This record gives sequence, structure tokens and C-alpha cells, in this order.
Amino acid sequence: MSEKPEQPENAGTAVDAGTAGAPAGSAAAPSRRSVLGWGGAGLALGAAAAGGSVAALTGGSDPVPAALTGAAVPFHGAHQAGIATAVQDRLHFASFDVKTKDRAELVALLKEWTRAAERMAAGLPVGEGAVGGLPEAPPDDTGEALGLKPSRLTLTVGFGASLFAKGRFGLEDRRPDALVDLELFPGDNLDPNRSGGDICVQACADDPQVAVHAIRQLARIGFGKVVMRWSQLGFGKTSSTTPDEQTPRNMMGFRDGTRNVSGTDTEALEKHVWVSPKDAPGASAWMAGGSYLVARRIRMNIETWDRTPLQEQEDIFGRDKAEGAPVGKSKERDEPFLKAMKPEAHVRLAHPDTNDGATILRRGYSFTDGTDGLGRLDAGLFFLAYQRDVRKGFIPVQRRLARHDVLNEYIQHVGSALFAVPPGVRDTGDWWGRALFS
Amino acid sequence: MRPARFSVVTAAATVAALTALTGCAEKSDGKGDGAITVTATDKSCEVSKTEFPSGHVQLAVENKGSKVTEVYVLFPDGRIVTERENIGPGTKATITAEIKAGDYEIACKPGMKGDGIRQQVKATGGAAPAKRSPELDAAVAAYRTYVQQQADETMPKVKVFTDAVKAGDIEAAKKAYADSRIGWERTEPVAESFGDIDPKVDVREDGLEAGQAWTGWHKLEKALWQDKKIGDAEKKLADTLLADLTDWNKRVGKAEITPTSMANGAKELLDEVATGKVTGEEERYSHTDLVDFQANVEGAREAFTLLEPVVKVKDPALAKQLNTEFNALFDLLEKHRVGKDEFSFVSYDKVSQADRKVLSDGVNALAEPLSKLAAAVAK
Repeated sequence: MSEKPEQPENAGTAVDAGTAGAPAGSAAAPSRRSVLGWGGAGLALGAAAAGGSVAALTGGSDPVPAALTGAAVPFHGAHQAGIATAVQDRLHFASFDVKTKDRAELVALLKEWTRAAERMAAGLPVGEGAVGGLPEAPPDDTGEALGLKPSRLTLTVGFGASLFAKGRFGLEDRRPDALVDLELFPGDNLDPNRSGGDICVQACADDPQVAVHAIRQLARIGFGKVVMRWSQLGFGKTSSTTPDEQTPRNMMGFRDGTRNVSGTDTEALEKHVWVSPKDAPGASAWMAGGSYLVARRIRMNIETWDRTPLQEQEDIFGRDKAEGAPVGKSKERDEPFLKAMKPEAHVRLAHPDTNDGATILRRGYSFTDGTDGLGRLDAGLFFLAYQRDVRKGFIPVQRRLARHDVLNEYIQHVGSALFAVPPGVRDTGDWWGRALFS
Repeated sequence: MRPARFSVVTAAATVAALTALTGCAEKSDGKGDGAITVTATDKSCEVSKTEFPSGHVQLAVENKGSKVTEVYVLFPDGRIVTERENIGPGTKATITAEIKAGDYEIACKPGMKGDGIRQQVKATGGAAPAKRSPELDAAVAAYRTYVQQQADETMPKVKVFTDAVKAGDIEAAKKAYADSRIGWERTEPVAESFGDIDPKVDVREDGLEAGQAWTGWHKLEKALWQDKKIGDAEKKLADTLLADLTDWNKRVGKAEITPTSMANGAKELLDEVATGKVTGEEERYSHTDLVDFQANVEGAREAFTLLEPVVKVKDPALAKQLNTEFNALFDLLEKHRVGKDEFSFVSYDKVSQADRKVLSDGVNALAEPLSKLAAAVAK
């Protein structure tokens, strides 16, 4: 058995932020001291290190898309990676229920998960690796990511409201006001087996095998302490956080996320995505630097959608299908003239100007999970959105959409969850949720 | 059972190195070159040499007692290298075997009962055998006893079942069915190590190979619960099942068992639960899956309990965790018990998907640490 490779290929290629402030190749986490004040340099570095899309130069001078570099995204920072990070191509999202009743055991698991996540983000196997251990023992790592690059893997953890329930882990006083119980919106047809959960893990990577491997290791480490409640695979990011790249298309064939928050727009992130210390007073102070994640499994009736005339499709969205240009404009990024759209067009109803400026960072993925038994694809959008306060973000927008959006004829929300996403893991001594449990 | 797969419990084939060639009870004087004479009486067992070269070994046995006797060559853990039964008073027998270097015992069993009168012997030469741990030898010996005991207790229950089938009594057969499987399910990995018995008695319809005749418990299960009739074919199947299980009972105590195979066997029992019982596939007609489930977990726990003294020293945290998870899983099963009897469970088709998930999560919670038992023992 040869020695375990501790340096994956490309370990030295950190994703260049493409902005000032984060030296390329610097994966050093900010010191504990430098981020104690939340914000300031630490925040900028976190956001910068997470952003960016184009990085490694491969000998020539043409920049290579980040997805092709296989590089590693730094795991540590003021904010968790996987939010402002340039959206990767693939997703494996898992929601867990905590089975253990022992708070210490849950804390130990979160620590163990953090250490495993650090290794995987760097492209290393968990524990003692996948090979070379005792022949009588099952290897610590399941092995299917051996030889694969880090592929910009990010692992992002969030806590559901049920974790804060009275009589569970003594967290009832620490539940932030913003971690509401999501109301049932008109038209919702939620499957309890695809909704909720105590803890979520969002794994994003450019290589689907890397994302699946990551969730699989965490699930295995968690056996006996947590159980998987539901999970979702996603492909073809439907929103990008990199406005300089081509906007991806969703399963309906339309560009999605044109006006999304950019992962390098520190000001917009502070305003719309990160929880500020002011938002998190007293016992909820642990959320400062965190964010709120809404996950909705949106089934699309793609067969009926595909039979819809082009004009109607474009009227429903409020953008044209070829360019993604708003009604009456010629380019995708032209400022939408909302009044030119039908009153119930999707873009018009969802636009910040219609919703008192409500802006959320979308990070969704398309999915197809086989067929529905009726000869149709079980396909749609796994909607993921991060925001500073769901009461000023997703909820008012969705209220409006659920009531009026003409797109509703073709979609149905079948899964739903809301998670409080704690701030980043600062260094190798820190762990997911430390501030919450301390 | 699941469709066959490679089992860590060493298959019989690997025991070929110990091929025992039992001679006939010929009137030989047994004074072959290098032969070891074994003189058995009702109270003694005299061996002419306690050390002999390894390789081809010949035992010349003479029974000078008044009772029928048996002579065994045993490994230190009680496993049988070779044996000869039914040596009548005043008769002689020759036993030949290929014996590797190492420590053994020769045992005479006057009256063919009990542990016999034992004599320690050594086969010399060849590679030095691996160092043994007395604690682990004791665990293996105790587990071997358990396996045989389970097989012995199973036979009368099997007979109740097969008698009912042969009498054409559907209700009585249904009642006796699950009960007749408990001992088998507790020790299944050992039986599976033979490779030939399991496919005859415990194969499901989906596990059949092309051209394989379907025999055993599950064929009868289908007849009783789904076809609701017992014909001549089923009565014949009952005889076949009884014969196959009698064969199992005779051989199961001689299986190759090591501390590692015990530990892996425990894990495999949980694999059986995970892939067959939790899904309701194993007992798809009778829905008695929870009986098998309980028996599988009991068998796994027995193996663990016997290894526990060693595990407590080598990996105390693992020992503690396994006890916790075993208890938790038994508590979950308890919720589905109806009545006082250890094996009276609710029909599995009445167990909701949500409850099945809870059981499945409990299986994962135990099986994951249980997969580390073999390494903890082998350390």
C-alpha cells in the first residue's frame, strides 16, 4: 500500500476571487482574532474567497471556467462556503432528523462532520481513508471520490426549527425570531417526507460524484445519531451568482436568475444575504454572519408546459425565450419595464420593485427523479434561496406568487423547508454550530 | 436468505486442507507406519503419542470398553478436524486425516455423550501456527455450542411444521411455520458458510438460479398463504425440508468458525435484516418478517456477547456503543410485539412505512458500529 496522498492534485489552486482582497492560492483561514468583530476584513475575505468564477490559467492566457479547474474552495471563512460561492454544476442536498437525545452526542457529531467536511473540501478522503487500513475493517471512506479533484466542493449546514423545540436540546431560547414556521401557501401540496428536518447539508460540486460522496460520508458518520429524512439530487444550476457568465436555463427552457445577487457584490450580500449583528440580538447572536435558507421542491408539469405556445410561455415569464430579455427590451440584462409585462407575469410578480425591494440569493438546481408512474418525468426546480430575513425575503414574494403567478398552472410546490444557516467555520478548531451550542 | 454472495465465514471449500478421510471399521490391526493408537475404554482414552509429525496422520482406534464410543480430533476451539462415530465395543477403526502443525485434542466419547475424555496432542513441523488467544478460543467454542444448540432445538419445531404439512393441516402448518425458522435465522451465517444447504431450505423465488428447483420453507410459505392448499408436491417438500435440515443439524457444529467470522457473521445478520426483513421481502406471503428480524438480531447479539470480554479491553467505546444500539433495536421491536411470547409479532403488512423507516434507521444505527467489530477482535 502506498502512502495516503495528503496533497490532492490541484490543492494549490485555490479559486481566485477575482476581486481585490483575496490573494490567489491563499487558503489560509482568517485568524480567530481577526474575525471576532464580525464584518470588516474577515467578512470581506470570506465573501471574496467564496466568489469569483474564472481562475486558473492553464499555461496559456485564456481563462478557464472555474468548473473545469477542479479546484478547491476554501472551507473556512466568516461565512459558510456554498452561499456566495460561484454556483457549482451539481447538488446533493440532504435533510436529517436528529435521533439522539443527548446534546453532547449531537455536538460531537457536528465536530466530526466539520473535520470530515474540511478534508473533503480539500479533496481528501475522510478519516483514515478508503484504502490501506485494516483488512478486517470497513474503510472509513467509501472511496468513490478517490482520484477525483476537489471540484469546488462546498458543504453548507443549516438548522431547522424543529431542532429548537422545547425539551430537546435546550435550544428553545436560542431560536431566532426569523426562523419562523413557514405558512402553507395557496397551491402548496407538501409531502411531509420531502419537507422539514432538523439539520440540512447542502453539498455542491462541479462533479456529481464528489457531491454525492460527501453526503454519503456524512450520513455514514451520522448513523445512530441522525437519520436521513429526505434528500435531493440536482443538476444544471438554475441560478448563477456570477453575472459575467451566461445565465443558466431551467427545465422550462428559460433563463433563470438574471437579476440574482452576485457572489462578489459585498454590499448586496451584506444588505440582503448575511444576518447582521443587529438582526441577531441576545440569545440569537449566534446567527450573526449566517443566513436563512429556504428549500422548496417545485414539481414542473413539463409535458403540459411543452405544449404551450411560445408567445404564451414568454407572456407567463415576462421575458423572451431566446435572449431572456424582459418584455419590450432586447438584451437579457436590460432593466425590466414591469408595466409592459402582463400583470401576472412571473418576473413582474417576483421582482424586487413589486415586493418593497425584497431580494434573495437564489441557488437552485433542476432535478429529474425518474418518472411519476403516469408516464411523465418527475422533474422540476429544487429552489434554494438564501436571505437575511425570510420574513422580508421569500415569504412576501411567495405570497404574491402563490396567489397570482400564471406560472402556477404548470408548477406545484411539493417539498418545503427553512433552515437557519450559521456563520462560517473560522479555522480547524472551530465547528459547525459552535456559537449556537456554546 | 438473500441471493448467495461471498461470505467471510469461510466456505467449506477452504477447509479442504483438513480433508478427513474416515476409514471403514475394518478389522485392521492399525499398526501402520507412524500410526497413533487410541485405546478407548468406558473411563479412559489412551493415546500412544502426544506428539506426531504434521501431514498425513493415521489413528488406529480400538474400543475396549462396554459402551459404543466416538473418537474426535479437535482444534483448541472445539472445532472438529475429523471424527469417527459408532465404534462398537470390541471393534477397531482407522481414522486418517491431513493435519496441519498445531495444537489439537483427541477425545473419546464413551456412550457417545458429553464432552468426552480429552487428551492434548501436538502436530509438529511446518509453519508455526498463529498465536491464539485463550479468550477468543473460549468465545469460539461457546459460539459453536450455541450454534449446535440452536440447531438441536430447531429440529423438533421443524418436525411439528412438516408433520402438519404432511397431515394436510393448513392452519397448524401456518402456526408452526415461523417458529420452525427461529434457530436457523439466529445462526444463518454459519449455515450459509456451507454453500449448499441454504439454497435448498431458505431460498426465495427471486433467488432461484436458472434450472434450480424451488424447495424449502418459502415454497411451502407460498403454498400455505397464497395458494392456500397442500398437495402431494407440498407433502414431499416437507420431507425434503426435514431431510435437508437434518443434514444442517449434523454439519453445523463442524463449520469453520473464527473470532473474525463470528464478528462478521453478526454484521451479516444485520445485513440480512436490512435487505430482507425491513423491506418485507423475506416473508412476503406470511408477513412473519419480524420473527426473523428478532431472531437475526438475537443471533448477532449472542456472537457479540461472547466476544464482548475481548472487545471491552480492545475497544471499550465500541463495546458500550454496541450494547446501547442492541438495546435500542430490541426496544423498537418490542413496540411491535403482540402478547407475551418472545416471538409473537404483528404481521409485517400491518407495519406502516413510517414505522418501517424507524426500524430501518435502528438497523443502520447498530449495523454501522457492528461493522467495526471484526477489526476490534482482530487487533
